[in-house]
Amino acid sequence: MQKFSAFSLARQALGRHLGWTPQWRSVAPKPSYDAIIVGGGGHGLGTAYYLAKQHGLRNIAVVEKGWLAGGNTARNTTIIRSNYLFEQSSSYYEHALKLWETLSEELNYNVMFSQRGCLMIAHTVHDVQVFKRHVYANRLNGIDNEWMTPEEAKAFCPPLNISPNIRYPVLGASLQRRAGTARHDAVAWGFARAASDMGVDIIENCEVTGIDRDAAGNVTGVQTTRGPIRSKKVGVSAAGHSSVVLGMAGIRLPLQVNPLQALVSEPVKPAFPCVVMSNTIHAYISQSDKGEMVIGAGTDSYVSYTQRGGMHVPAHTLEAICELVPDFRRLRMLRSWGGITDNTPDRSPITAKTSVPGLYVNCGWGTGGFKATPGAANLFAWTIARDEPHPINAPFTIERFRDGALIDEAAAAAVAH
Amino acid sequence: MLLIECPYCGPRAEIEFSYGGEAHIDRPGPEVSEEEWASFLYLRENTKGVLAERWRHAHGCGRFFNALRDTRTDEFKAFYEMGEKRPDAEKKEGEGA
Amino acid sequence: MSKTFRLSGYGRVDRSRPVTFLFDGKPVKGYAGDTVASALLADGRHLMGRSFKYHRPRGPVSAGSDEPNALIGVGEGARHTPNLRATQVEVHEGLVAISQNRLPSLRFDVGIVNTLASPFLPAGFYYKTFMWPHGFWDKVYEPLIRRASGLGKAPTAPDPDEYGLHYAHCDVLVAGAGPAGLAAALAAGKTGVRVILCDENPEFGGALLSDSHSLIDGVAAAQWVARTVAELEKLPNVQLLTRCSAFNYGPHNMVALNQRLTDHLASAPVGMPRERIWQVRAKEVVLAAGSLERPLVFEGNDRPGILLASAARTYLQRYGVLCGRKAVVMTADDAAYRVAIEMAEAGLKIVAVADLRANPDSAVVAEARARGIKVLPSTTIQRAHGHYRVGAVELAPVSADGAVGKGRTVSCDLVLMSGGFTPSLHLHCQARGALTYDDKLGVYLPGDSVEHVRSAGSCRGVYALDAVLRDGAEAGLNAAGGEGDLPVWTVTRQDQPGEGGFAGALPRRGPGHLALAFVDFQNDVTAKDVKLAVREGFQSIEHVKRYTTTGMATDQGKSSNVNALAIVSKTLQRAPQKVGLTTYRPPYTPVTFGAFASHARGDQFDPLRLAPADGWARAHGAVFEDVGLWRRARYFPRAGEDMLAAVTRECRMVRKTAGIFDASTLGKIEVVGPDAAEFMNRFYINGWTKLGVGKCRYGLVCRDNGFVYDDGVVGRVAKDRFHVTTTTGGAAGVLNMMEDYLQTEWADLDVWLTSITEEWGVIALQGPKAREILAPLVDGLDISAEAMPHMFLKEGTIGGIPMRLFRVSFTGELGYEINVPSGRMREVWDRVWAAGQPHGLTPYGTESMHVLRAEKGYLIVGQETDGTATPGDVGCGWAISKIKPDFIGKKALALPALNAPDRLQMVGVLTDDPHYVLEEGMQLVAAPQMQAPASADGHITSSYFSPALNRSIAIAMVKGGRSRMGATLYAPRLDAAAVRVTLVDPVFYDPEGARVNG
Repeated sequence: MQKFSAFSLARQALGRHLGWTPQWRSVAPKPSYDAIIVGGGGHGLGTAYYLAKQHGLRNIAVVEKGWLAGGNTARNTTIIRSNYLFEQSSSYYEHALKLWETLSEELNYNVMFSQRGCLMIAHTVHDVQVFKRHVYANRLNGIDNEWMTPEEAKAFCPPLNISPNIRYPVLGASLQRRAGTARHDAVAWGFARAASDMGVDIIENCEVTGIDRDAAGNVTGVQTTRGPIRSKKVGVSAAGHSSVVLGMAGIRLPLQVNPLQALVSEPVKPAFPCVVMSNTIHAYISQSDKGEMVIGAGTDSYVSYTQRGGMHVPAHTLEAICELVPDFRRLRMLRSWGGITDNTPDRSPITAKTSVPGLYVNCGWGTGGFKATPGAANLFAWTIARDEPHPINAPFTIERFRDGALIDEAAAAAVAH
Repeated sequence: MLLIECPYCGPRAEIEFSYGGEAHIDRPGPEVSEEEWASFLYLRENTKGVLAERWRHAHGCGRFFNALRDTRTDEFKAFYEMGEKRPDAEKKEGEGA
Repeated sequence: MSKTFRLSGYGRVDRSRPVTFLFDGKPVKGYAGDTVASALLADGRHLMGRSFKYHRPRGPVSAGSDEPNALIGVGEGARHTPNLRATQVEVHEGLVAISQNRLPSLRFDVGIVNTLASPFLPAGFYYKTFMWPHGFWDKVYEPLIRRASGLGKAPTAPDPDEYGLHYAHCDVLVAGAGPAGLAAALAAGKTGVRVILCDENPEFGGALLSDSHSLIDGVAAAQWVARTVAELEKLPNVQLLTRCSAFNYGPHNMVALNQRLTDHLASAPVGMPRERIWQVRAKEVVLAAGSLERPLVFEGNDRPGILLASAARTYLQRYGVLCGRKAVVMTADDAAYRVAIEMAEAGLKIVAVADLRANPDSAVVAEARARGIKVLPSTTIQRAHGHYRVGAVELAPVSADGAVGKGRTVSCDLVLMSGGFTPSLHLHCQARGALTYDDKLGVYLPGDSVEHVRSAGSCRGVYALDAVLRDGAEAGLNAAGGEGDLPVWTVTRQDQPGEGGFAGALPRRGPGHLALAFVDFQNDVTAKDVKLAVREGFQSIEHVKRYTTTGMATDQGKSSNVNALAIVSKTLQRAPQKVGLTTYRPPYTPVTFGAFASHARGDQFDPLRLAPADGWARAHGAVFEDVGLWRRARYFPRAGEDMLAAVTRECRMVRKTAGIFDASTLGKIEVVGPDAAEFMNRFYINGWTKLGVGKCRYGLVCRDNGFVYDDGVVGRVAKDRFHVTTTTGGAAGVLNMMEDYLQTEWADLDVWLTSITEEWGVIALQGPKAREILAPLVDGLDISAEAMPHMFLKEGTIGGIPMRLFRVSFTGELGYEINVPSGRMREVWDRVWAAGQPHGLTPYGTESMHVLRAEKGYLIVGQETDGTATPGDVGCGWAISKIKPDFIGKKALALPALNAPDRLQMVGVLTDDPHYVLEEGMQLVAAPQMQAPASADGHITSSYFSPALNRSIAIAMVKGGRSRMGATLYAPRLDAAAVRVTLVDPVFYDPEGARVNG
């Protein structure tokens, strides 16, 4: 692997950049692997990386039906935080956040993780109660989160409108300072490059069309558009297409996919210093390094694989943005897009074994999978390698729905009286 | 924004409706196994293709009804009343919505 | 030679209306009808902006919405808008425009050092560096990068302008009013169907406005446009929208248009919105989006003075501006010859037309030659020279195998380039239309779509004017249903589209590893950047786009996508159709956030629901809180009181005499029908069969997952009629859930559900004096303790107004909820208020309501419960019917996990210090000092100072709490020592319930 550094960049500049080589090997499939990861997004590539790096597997393939990281990795608003309410969730996301903090060095790839802080705005008395519960719970779990008055929130994020005379005034905010954003493509490319360097085969334009099993029901490999590939371990990390892939093995999942839209403004000079989220009025905004305001919209209500939704959904988000940051009303939407989110009934993910021996799944990340990328990859690799979950992801099974052991982050923010 | 044809009121904009998820899932009684119950409550086909789904004309007549929609294109293939059997999607192909 | 570049006898600007505006603080003269770009060009100024990364000086390359370079900020203060295209901004008296992304000035920009450093800043350089030392990225490097990037500046004050939103339906929407669009609109309009025609420009006509050559039905193209528009204006079924871009093609033919209404006016009429979004549901859509001329990629192609040939023609024919004195034309297409001929006629010296093709031989080429224009076949531009303005180019011969020989440098101040025309596929792609690659034209063309859409004219590769008009007319007529006369026009003079066109980087001599030949002008992506990306393994066009940022500038790749694709295709030796095209994402051109938000701002952001006594509460100085959409009175402070003082007083008065509270926001549903009781049995966890008429019961709703969803008191008004109340926030959800089960699971039940939340206003009258106050008002109804015990209801009248009177209490005191028609509630309220005065009746708000109920240990769904609590968890296991065969939640409530002994259970909590009020959300742990990460034993859900107990009280959810009464736990504080607490029964006050039954 060519080392990336200011020095190597300068050296290559002298060679007019002709000396750079492909960052990963995009290859044709071999007949057989020790493990196959289905899905070449950030989670799948990371899983292959950690399998190779930490679990000694080298004969690994990542199969991707389109171009690498072209799904939700390419489409999210890059928010990273770990201030979830339940201990199970916050442990999982904090595991990811800690990995984020050293990921650039780990991969020798600048993923531009920027701990700019994430403000979550409270607009009602109930919001205040819920967010304070988060603050106290997080602090007990060793996760930074603090409560801010409206004035403190404005000092942290000056464009915020804290006038008491707006429809839903800002009553306060919780702030996780270690939260932030990262460059989404870079994470996938960085994992791909590092995994490829350890011998992982990255196979693009290779769609899985079937899952092979032996008489005992164990996984023996996959059928793909580029031919059959044998493996006793298959890990599915296919986000919006998890139901489709697992369906090939006869497994139904507690998932429903919905369109999720996002948009950016035209680039402007630095005007927004952190991430701001308002669940009550549905506004999520940060400014990218390029200068674009990156804005997440809500989900459309219905099942769809089209990667688009109705314009009324982002319009509603922009209503909220224009209230929360009225200075930005004159900014303009440059680009909008949609992704396919895979949502579980309790809005928590599944990183687990399945009922089919040798078949593993990491899915259900809904609207929040990007932030978990290194953590989910790391724990999914553990689960595949050892055929048992790591204690952190042990609660995130499919069976929890049968047993009633939900991890219901959405319900935890229930609407009050 | 989808254009949805309420069987009782005619075509209306999506914002008049609330989504009801996958159709034709019968609620079992409490005597079934925990697996069957979880299956009713949580497991979904999540079809990529023609999906039978429920809508409610929440800001209109209030009625629930079923629809067939291709989740790859969002094209509706049929609208039909609760309790009716799922129509053959292929036959309806030409009729559109 | 005159200083001005404005020609008389050319252009459509209004010479009778001179206009002066400011650019970078200095006055510039123009005419009504000019854009900022055309006015500056008339002044001989091409330098209008700086590029994103290298801060290179840039001038306009186009004359329209595809402009990547000439971006300016317009307006001042709160009305400043960054990143507008100078090629689109119409001038008016007093307009203030500034250049962007430069420090300190457009001409002297220190950012230009980035150009010098460009060898060290190739595509994706930032992924490879800034990683050392740890932590420097977001503290040191990133802030520097951020300051350098971005373009214009965001406004720093709230936008005072208004925006509009309009929903419309039509039979045929025509997007684009060039020749194809006008023909389509007329063909459709004449059939009588409803037609909307929109175009992003101030005038209809598209390319015809710049076309002084073609003749249609014997008249000049612009004249035909005027005639056709006049004809369209006469059709009442046709709506014409100028300055209106179709920008988003949504599912089921919902197309969004953005109409710009006031920016071009010196003073906007009062009340007119600045912009309006049209949401058009069209039966059929005709896309007549036209095509865009492609720039050519060669070293130095970004120098000001190098622009598209068609743009120069537009500046001449529409604005009367000659873009220079001495031009080189570089083309791979015939269209540039017509431009050369017209520009030469207007006085421009054409040094040469360099043509990449070996044998350009069409009629227009011959005409150019005949007019003495020097044509150089098999010639390329090796390099352009100049800094603020192109000064010379090296023209070099290209052999058939693509080798470039030694050339000669010719001086010029203008380069007109033409790589051929790319169909605009944006809206077609947004409609999820397929694309097909046309080998002959070398471009992608629209294929099938599931939407009801068709393309016409040059956006589907039809270029000759006569064919375009025919294509448009046919598309319009077919979209309208196909019945009617097809309008026919005869094009009596036109240029035929030639063969050719070019995409990718022009051939050059030498490898050009250091050459800056721009593909994406704005983002400073060069041909070598694209090649580097491919070299580094980014082979998908989407990867190339993301790695290099080509096509991600504010023109969204309009000028760059096809060239980038061709470079990738050539580098990989792979056919373009195998490389693919990046997704076209809406909007077509940028759209103002405020226009999306439109009326939904300030008080209109969300509907505001007001309780019937809202006006009274305001008059009595209430402080309000938002609960869902409702505005509710939180407390009624008297002079000098803070919330604690007010609430303490209110609570004491309720317990001492009586309080009055507007409870109208509670959700109310009437469940009626022969099977009403059975419906209730199935829906609630409680049993209802035995509830007698005239009685009430507390009901709890679970979901089928076994968790508490909602609660409320239910009264049986008649055998077949239940008056159900829900929480304020849960009203809509409960009704929707009821309808869901009734309509889709229990079709056997004969029941009607009606929301009566708005029907009944509810006055809660609570306190020991409540009966005394109420009795004289209820028109003789016997409400004595014997006649109407706790949890009874009676129908009657109050001062002649119909009333449903519930004897219920959420305070633990003797109390009533007086339901009267909402419209008359205020009358009743005033009467009760007056009657209560001698008794010291006190208004109270939601905060006191919370305290009073907490003193009694009553739960609030959404505060004690959070969607993960079972009825048993919150001490309501008693409510679960043991005998019903089924109800919602029954199955799940039997799961072991929902009955585990260590589940969070609702308990009371008392602090050692009676004056310390815990904070809601505090965690409870086993020891005073816990090492993080630690597990909590529970958390505080409600916490208040209790006036009745004269000490603090709290409610908590604690693991196995009910079996731990008397146990000691600790509540860690954020910045102080943990607080010691004791678990107690949650009923703090009057546990026997003597008062409520009084």
